[in-house]
Amino acid sequence: MLTYLARRLFVMIPTLLIISVLVFVIIQLPPGDFLTTYLNELQAQGEAVDPAKIEFLKRQYGLDQPIYIQYAEWAWGLLQGDLGFSFEYNLPVTDVVGDRLWLSLVLNFSTVLFIYIVSFPIGIYSATRQYSWGDYGFTLLGFLGLAMPNFLFALILLYYANVVFGTSIGGLMDPEYINQGWSLGKMMSVVEHLWAPVVVIGTSGTASMIRRLRANLLDELGKQYVVTAHAKGLSPTKVLFKYPLRMALNPFIADIGNILPQVVSGSVLVSVVMSLPTTGPMLLTALQSQDMYLAGSFLMFLALLTVVGMFVSDVLLAWLDPRIRLQGGVGK
Amino acid sequence: MSKETEKRNEHFVDTAPFNPWDREELTPEQEKYFLASQWQLMWWRLKRHRLAYFSLIILAIMYASVFIVEFIAPYAQETRNSEYIHHPPQGVHLFHDGEFVGPFTYGTDFSVDMETLKPIYTVNPDRLEQLRFFCSGDEYAFWGMVDMDFHFICPSENGTLFLFGTDRLGRDMFSRIIYGARVSLTIGLVGIAVSFLLGILIGGAAGYYGGWVDSTAQRSIEVIRSLPEIPLWMALSAALPVTWSPILIYFGITIILGLIDWTGLARAVRSKLLALREEDYALAARLMGAKPKRIIGRHLLPNFASHLIASVTLSIPNMILGETALSFLGLGLRAPVTSWGVLLNEAQNINAVAVYPWLMLPVVPVVVVVLAFNFLGDGLRDAADPYKN
Repeated sequence: MLTYLARRLFVMIPTLLIISVLVFVIIQLPPGDFLTTYLNELQAQGEAVDPAKIEFLKRQYGLDQPIYIQYAEWAWGLLQGDLGFSFEYNLPVTDVVGDRLWLSLVLNFSTVLFIYIVSFPIGIYSATRQYSWGDYGFTLLGFLGLAMPNFLFALILLYYANVVFGTSIGGLMDPEYINQGWSLGKMMSVVEHLWAPVVVIGTSGTASMIRRLRANLLDELGKQYVVTAHAKGLSPTKVLFKYPLRMALNPFIADIGNILPQVVSGSVLVSVVMSLPTTGPMLLTALQSQDMYLAGSFLMFLALLTVVGMFVSDVLLAWLDPRIRLQGGVGK
Repeated sequence: MSKETEKRNEHFVDTAPFNPWDREELTPEQEKYFLASQWQLMWWRLKRHRLAYFSLIILAIMYASVFIVEFIAPYAQETRNSEYIHHPPQGVHLFHDGEFVGPFTYGTDFSVDMETLKPIYTVNPDRLEQLRFFCSGDEYAFWGMVDMDFHFICPSENGTLFLFGTDRLGRDMFSRIIYGARVSLTIGLVGIAVSFLLGILIGGAAGYYGGWVDSTAQRSIEVIRSLPEIPLWMALSAALPVTWSPILIYFGITIILGLIDWTGLARAVRSKLLALREEDYALAARLMGAKPKRIIGRHLLPNFASHLIASVTLSIPNMILGETALSFLGLGLRAPVTSWGVLLNEAQNINAVAVYPWLMLPVVPVVVVVLAFNFLGDGLRDAADPYKN
């Protein structure tokens, strides 16, 4: 197990390295940089720009260095927890993002939890009562959940909450807690507000998870050892939980590799629609204003979230299934 | 000995014409089935899948309408009815006071709510405005080239026909949704073409050559797949220069969508190729001196083309949604280009939507198209292997 852990951790390093290069290239892609835009704005306003000041700013932001040095400095800073400098807010990125990273983490984690908690019993139900009304109902709901783009779902939910209940379900906490320190009241408020985005982001993931678990379990239930167990007189619940369910659980957990990027993607969009204080809306503005280090940190953070999430799921899988940790495969 | 030879039966020849099928006579249906090509079988199978077939018809109608949006839309794309800002949807009626008049709309009177400054349109039951069919209405340039004014349906001379209401500039939502289909529906196809090409090339090379080609491809697929799609799309499309013309932005967006989406396809191609290249006929082709390009293209690809088509169908909605999401956020296409996402961009302000709910209507075609593609893809996947029961 330890060797497996070590090997798996080792695989993560080059992945993260490549991702950081990709992210850096992407944030460098827009023509010009924040400084040129800023200078243009100043000039458009008729203000004289002192060349010495330009030089000073350039040096301060490290924009006069060749690109690979800029990258090295950025990556090195990331390792030490220094996320760079936000041009737009004129503050270190760490100060700008504040609680946003944590709230994103909470949001994504709760969504994954929600997906598992909801899809597990429904999947088992659908498989054991195949072609029942309940099964058909869940299949239909699942299809709708899969096909309904979640940001549109968020829009519709917001609209109905507004029209029917007259309240706004946007945000992640009651207004009085915004910009306050963390307290019990604030946490409770976050928990109260969390359900709406979690449901919105989680629907499509839940739908595909239900389908997957159902298919896996149906495969297992048709096998001969199940018939044997039944024939020997084991109680139906025991037959179900003791063997086929455990077998069907593996792909269920392995699938987090597909679900997680989806969830993170969805949460960014839904956060913008529901104006949640997470990474989404700020990433959008940062991208629009070419605030490259801010955008870069968010992109890096989101990628890290999925990579670490996949790592956790692989470790879980290896713990559950000795075949994986002994053969050294990384799961499906 | 010789006696026995004489006793042997004489050689018997049946005079009736030879019929090889006289043991089991094939009915015409059976014969048709056994002689049908693979694609024919797939088609029959797909037709049996009701939902998929129905979706196919809906999609076919929608895509066909892309060619003639100018005829279908009652108004031109940018016509501003400045007297009818935020006009609610109008119903089309057939009967007035129990009398049949043919399709018409009721005229509306305009007033303003002095407290909220919200425009109020009250239906005036005395103003019957009969619709005209195959008529001349707003002028437009057909396909941006030929100036015409022909429409299938127009409002009456001084009347209005706002099936889905109007937006903040008084533009007819229904016409704009129809025009938006042209961009929204095609962007998925162009995007999928990019990702299809990449997927087949990279997946094909990885699967056929194996070795370092394979492991490089595999690693890069893993890295790309572990990145969340939407933030990546957002970052890339934010990098498109603002100075680009709408048409360049359109292609830029499709390429961005395709660049990230190819991984799933490449994986499918690779795993299929890995399995198929061990088949005897692949070996035979290699022994006869066929080049890799010919073996892949001529012998291996046709074998799983149907699976590819199914998986492509399932990833088109993803593209359409990607474009909608990006435009909705203001990072993708921008006005004056009209796509469903651009239209929904106006629905971002949820308070405005609560007052003018018809601004949300572009959601409907998006959901319909996405659902239809999903059902069709499911049906195709089932039909992809017609010899399996």
